[in-house]
Amino acid sequence: MSTAAIALPRVRVTQRAHWQDRLAQVLLLGCCLALALFLIGPLAAILVKSVQDKDGAFVGLLQFREYFATPALQRSIWNTLWVSATVTAITVPLAFVYAYALTRSCMPGKTVFRVLALTPILAPSLLSAISFIQWFGTQGLLKALLGGASIYGPIGIIMSAVYATFPHALMIVLTALLLSDGRLYEAAESLRTPTWRKFVTITLPGAKYGLVSAAMVVFSYTVSDFGIPKVIGGNFNILAVDIFKQVIGQQNFNKGAVVSLILLVPVLIAFLVDWRMQGRLHAQFTARAVPYAPKPSRWFDRTMLVYCTVVAILLLLVLGMAVYTSFIKLWPYDKSFSLRHYQYGLIDAGVIDSFFNSLRMAVFSAVFGTMFIFATAYLLEKTRGMPLTKGAVRLLATVPMAVPGMVLGLGYILFFNHPDNPLNDLYRTMTILVLSTIVHYYTSSHLTAVTALKALDSEFEAVSASLKVPFYKTFFRVTVPVCLPAILDIGRYLFVNAMVTISAVVFLYSPSTQLAAVAILNMDEAGEIGAAAAMATLIVASSTVVCIVYAFVTRFLLTRTQQWRTTAGA
Amino acid sequence: MNAPSPSPHAADPYLRIEGVAKSFGQFVALKSVALDVRRGEMVVFLGPSGCGKTTLLRIVAGLETQDAGTLTQNGRDVSRVPAIKRDYGIVFQSYALFPNLTVHDNVAYGLVNRRQRRAAIADRVRELLTLVGLPDAGPKYPGQLSGGQQQRIALARALATSPGLLLLDEPLSALDAIERVRLRGEIRALQQRLGLTTIMVTHDQEEALSMADRIVVMNAGRIEQVGTPREVYESPATPFVADFVGKINVLPAVTEGGRRCRVGALSMPVAGDDLPAGAAVKLYLRPEDVGVHVNGSAPQGAWPARVSRIEFLGAFCHVVLALDATDAPPVVANVPRQAVDSARLSPGLAVSVSFPAAALRVLS
Repeated sequence: MSTAAIALPRVRVTQRAHWQDRLAQVLLLGCCLALALFLIGPLAAILVKSVQDKDGAFVGLLQFREYFATPALQRSIWNTLWVSATVTAITVPLAFVYAYALTRSCMPGKTVFRVLALTPILAPSLLSAISFIQWFGTQGLLKALLGGASIYGPIGIIMSAVYATFPHALMIVLTALLLSDGRLYEAAESLRTPTWRKFVTITLPGAKYGLVSAAMVVFSYTVSDFGIPKVIGGNFNILAVDIFKQVIGQQNFNKGAVVSLILLVPVLIAFLVDWRMQGRLHAQFTARAVPYAPKPSRWFDRTMLVYCTVVAILLLLVLGMAVYTSFIKLWPYDKSFSLRHYQYGLIDAGVIDSFFNSLRMAVFSAVFGTMFIFATAYLLEKTRGMPLTKGAVRLLATVPMAVPGMVLGLGYILFFNHPDNPLNDLYRTMTILVLSTIVHYYTSSHLTAVTALKALDSEFEAVSASLKVPFYKTFFRVTVPVCLPAILDIGRYLFVNAMVTISAVVFLYSPSTQLAAVAILNMDEAGEIGAAAAMATLIVASSTVVCIVYAFVTRFLLTRTQQWRTTAGA
Repeated sequence: MNAPSPSPHAADPYLRIEGVAKSFGQFVALKSVALDVRRGEMVVFLGPSGCGKTTLLRIVAGLETQDAGTLTQNGRDVSRVPAIKRDYGIVFQSYALFPNLTVHDNVAYGLVNRRQRRAAIADRVRELLTLVGLPDAGPKYPGQLSGGQQQRIALARALATSPGLLLLDEPLSALDAIERVRLRGEIRALQQRLGLTTIMVTHDQEEALSMADRIVVMNAGRIEQVGTPREVYESPATPFVADFVGKINVLPAVTEGGRRCRVGALSMPVAGDDLPAGAAVKLYLRPEDVGVHVNGSAPQGAWPARVSRIEFLGAFCHVVLALDATDAPPVVANVPRQAVDSARLSPGLAVSVSFPAAALRVLS
């Protein structure tokens, strides 16, 4: 054709920006800067602090050298690693068999078992520690089972952490097993493959990435968790508690920063492994996969039923003991029913305020966090241009998962408490608690939002532009209503986590903004275990209420306002 | 809209594309493309996936920005105008209907923004739904409709604001075969009735041949040929067009000077201009132009051949023929089913084949 003669001009053609495009770009830039300020700022403050001495002079790696010269602190590293590895080795197989029963057997009551297994998420990690002390502690009913060993120490930490991490591992493994393709099993059956071989050649490889991913999540949860070892760890030192001791006990922020960075290493490694695995897990799943439908098998179904019943009962015994403790006079001497822990321990002592603080904090985090996270994900996925900013936002949204709460919390003190920071009025306010909580739980919420947005037709925005409708109108009229289930899910997730979070906020509260989980810690330290249990029960109750409301609202939405969804697929 | 639109000359093209180029990183999607689209005509971009046809459509819509080149729509330079300020309606393969809005609200989506009275909007929506043959669909949700019905609604929505240009991005690809044929007739009839300038993108040559006023055949970021369906089919400009549009026989040949070529030992007259002797060329011949003769009924200039295979295709059969006096690849002839029966064609049968000179196209 005769088109070759036109020489390419040196300057690229650019579209004139419409004010609506500009608006979207400014908003995205704003989101990016906010994330950088509240995530990178604090982390950078830790890095700076770790190479300074107390007077702020640069000392290079001196702090690190001092740290590694202290045998007690070195032992913490080893303790942290072996305890976390043990928890991982116990939780993941337990969760795998449970998930296997839920997906591959025809046992009755699957929904109930599923819900029961997820209950530990509603409780602060401290609850399990308190409960295990009641069962196995000095006055414990089952103390004899430990054969002379003390629950205060690694045994208690491991048991409590297994309880707390079980639902997290279960959800990941469950997803992996649900994604498997039923046609593979049909093909294997037509080739007369024996059951054990199907398990080894189809089930295990299919769940492989899910298992590794679950292991990494459990491992980093245990490494980062501070509540459990603080309550039940006794004199057994681990890194997360070391940070707390350095910062709160000795006011040594520099040493705290050093320990933070050391704590960051295993979590970061686990995170990177998990990130790769998640990618492969989803790449493995094709849209054409047919879900596996289990066939009844008497022996297998019964075995699985027994297993799940035992696990569920154990989980309930942990939760139940804490609730029970809160409603009796004094374990184990006076087991008569009483509301004294609620009345005297919480209300009269004024500690109940911290519960309302927690509720406020959770509501603010859920409302503002969901708005910010969803809007950012929308601008990221559905607007044009700004590739560099978008890359930055994607990275910033991913980082929080790799940052333990203690590290984030310490970063917030160092960054916002700095006299030169114009934002230092924020320190010790409700605002900073909300901000740190949103950032702490950003990654999962962000992924939920992105997944929901990606499921929408990618041409909605193009159609709106062709109809001359501004993007924000389509956002409110179409995108938000269609994504409402995911938006509510993010809100619930933020609420439940804000109710139980402790590691980041333990550095950031003031007497007037003390949170429920922190109050549990303090009451436990003061020996008021009944009141601590009462507070934990209140947290579980409020999170349960929110989850039930969420379930009803979601169902209502699906049947009423989202009629189109139920009738889809003509 | 914004600027008062200049009154363009009726003979001017409605849309002029000049020197449009686009790359995505290392991948060159369009290499300096030029094209005029006349007022009221239906132009179809046809080509394999990755040929740049969708990119060109999206550049026309302003959804992508060309690296170089200009676009003039209705006398107005729109090269740098953002999508929201251009004048077009668009229909996508995925329908892109808003699932949470009723059919009525979907069609009214662009009208509501124009601050029209509610009654006027309702009238317009009813008119559009009637136009696409679904007058009663208003209160339903898109999910309650079949694919073909959804695509009709998407069409109504695109037409609602009376755009000057309609863009169709593979609108029929997601539909099943019967629905596809039905809807392509409807879209074409509607387009002709409204006299609406339309650009459609497709990879389906049958769709292009049946719907287009002119077909733009594209390959590897270039336009290979622009022409009416008959021109493109009967006189392909390049080997790519000959291969891509319809089925065709390719015979390696050597020119003999004048209008004759030699395939193996066979010398035959061809169409077109005089050719210098001794050049290696290829002869292109549609299967339906191959004559198959039995029992000495062969015309002059027919060649002896043998039936090697017969492929039954319903109304027609593909008869695969091996030419006796040459090692050229087998030739496929399109023979009606009745003719296959009456001539008792079967594998191994000796026949004569004739290649009409007017149908033999030489491309190098």
